[in-house]
Amino acid sequence: MTPYRFTFDGTPLTAVPGQTLAAALWAAGITSWRTTRHQRAPRGAFCFIGTCHDCLATVNGRPNQRACLLPVRPGDTVTTQEGTGHEPTRQATGRNTIQEGPGHEPAR
Amino acid sequence: MNPPADLAVVGAGPAGLAAAVTAADQGLSVTLLDAGERPGGQFHRHAAGEAHPDTRHGRRHYAPRARRLEEHRRTGRVRHLPAHHVWTVVPHPGPGGAAWTLHAVAGPDETPATVHARAVLLATGAYERQLPFPGWTLPGVLGAGGAQALLKSGPVLPGRRVVVAGSGPLLLAVAGSLAAAGVRVPAVVEAADYTAYARALPVLVRNPAKLTEGALHGGALLRHATRLLTRHAVTAAHGTTRVEAVTVTRLDRDWRPVPGTSRRVPCDVLAVGHGLVPQLELATGLGCATRRTPDDTPALVVDADQATTVPGVWAAGETAGVGGADLALTEGEIAADAIAHALCGTPRDPRRTAALTRRRARLRAFADAMAAAHRPGPGWTGWLDDTTEVCRCEEVTAGRVREAVTEYGAHDTRTVKLLTRAGMGWCQGRMCGQAVARLAGEPPAPDRRPLSCPVPLGHLAALHTGTGPADPTAPTTPTDLTNGGTP
Repeated sequence: MTPYRFTFDGTPLTAVPGQTLAAALWAAGITSWRTTRHQRAPRGAFCFIGTCHDCLATVNGRPNQRACLLPVRPGDTVTTQEGTGHEPTRQATGRNTIQEGPGHEPAR
Repeated sequence: MNPPADLAVVGAGPAGLAAAVTAADQGLSVTLLDAGERPGGQFHRHAAGEAHPDTRHGRRHYAPRARRLEEHRRTGRVRHLPAHHVWTVVPHPGPGGAAWTLHAVAGPDETPATVHARAVLLATGAYERQLPFPGWTLPGVLGAGGAQALLKSGPVLPGRRVVVAGSGPLLLAVAGSLAAAGVRVPAVVEAADYTAYARALPVLVRNPAKLTEGALHGGALLRHATRLLTRHAVTAAHGTTRVEAVTVTRLDRDWRPVPGTSRRVPCDVLAVGHGLVPQLELATGLGCATRRTPDDTPALVVDADQATTVPGVWAAGETAGVGGADLALTEGEIAADAIAHALCGTPRDPRRTAALTRRRARLRAFADAMAAAHRPGPGWTGWLDDTTEVCRCEEVTAGRVREAVTEYGAHDTRTVKLLTRAGMGWCQGRMCGQAVARLAGEPPAPDRRPLSCPVPLGHLAALHTGTGPADPTAPTTPTDLTNGGTP
């Protein structure tokens, strides 16, 4: 079977047909493809069965895709997801921190 | 719209698959919905690019049922809907005797799907129980079941040097698979003590196959020079951008870390899990009653026929209490026979029923003994420092949870959640629920979540306006409502 080609943050990678995005990234030695909303900490796949949502990635411009469930499709463009995935990225805003909405503050 | 099925089965793991083919064998029309691309569930995983799962269990249990599924699919008796995430089941009387409507999100494009059925069988399985420790959010730390999933279906080696830790029989299976695949497994770190099984000797004797399985795993570890450290835990993972080493500490009887017994073990991956938790939200959403298993985990109450407390809803497999694939198969078959009898008056073969019932009792007794042996001891919270993140999604630390309890008087998970947002993130408390409950001083409560997986808002809007399933060509908002209201 011909491997599928896709890119991760611009780097060309391949996936076995039927392989999930998380498995394909992990096979390429990439264990982190997301940063958290508050600490900007690196995260990747944790549960690998779609439960923990730690593996969220932006796929073809669509954020919050669970990489451990999503089979790679030929030509997919995958990018590191920052924060909620709906915020402007650091590159886009030129700021070091991303403004959090009021909903992100703890209720205390 | 498809005509209502006699039976809708949610989940195509061992229980759901067995139930679907058994019910179809007896003449029922069955719709089988499953989140996976291919049947088999977490247990019978397919390697990407392979036609069939390559496991010893697979050949014996999976292959014949997969063949029957294929035959029933060809004759139209079973409608198999892969990559369908059922997010709610609602009572909904309709034409053709339909009593239930199941709503699902289908495929990577998240199109809405609706299934009507006269009866529902929930075989939604389980996910791993995770107990937090410092460093558990580092990339390279993954669930023990997750490591197995990556290895089986990736197929990808999770790392070169993998420590396997936590509690429960899955650890030995995972370590064995990893070692057989060429991964160096320096240690299996088990928090419980296997002598706990001695209290259940009569049950063990009645389950020789389980003992053989354990012995095979043990033998495999010996061959690969893997150390089994019982009554030990990984109490910290170290690294900056990914895990580089773990701290392993001896535990006392209550899982409290023993001071001065820590040592550092280098590794590039940590596979960790503390047993399994039944996935119950569809059932609890319907009002099905739950019970507490010997490891303090909520599971569904089912009767001798695997019927839940809600008429018309059955459950099989881990949903009815974690017990492994053999038990799940047995329960699936019992449920299918009972449903065929209830819906169509299909006579039941008393000898077959008696044999299945005996088998279920024996395997359930073993599952209970196992759950009791690996029940998390109360002392594990001793390895959490105040900066340890408990809720991975909302990045809530143990210190914040403790503060909510000691300073603000929160004595239950719900109040802690309201004060700290622990459990309000993407996973909706599936990863931190057990830990937060313990820190709040109460046993873990059954899942109560209105939606069992993320749902595009457009699907909900379409339901509300009564226009039926949303127009699949309409743009969908990838926002979901399961994250507690955050966008």
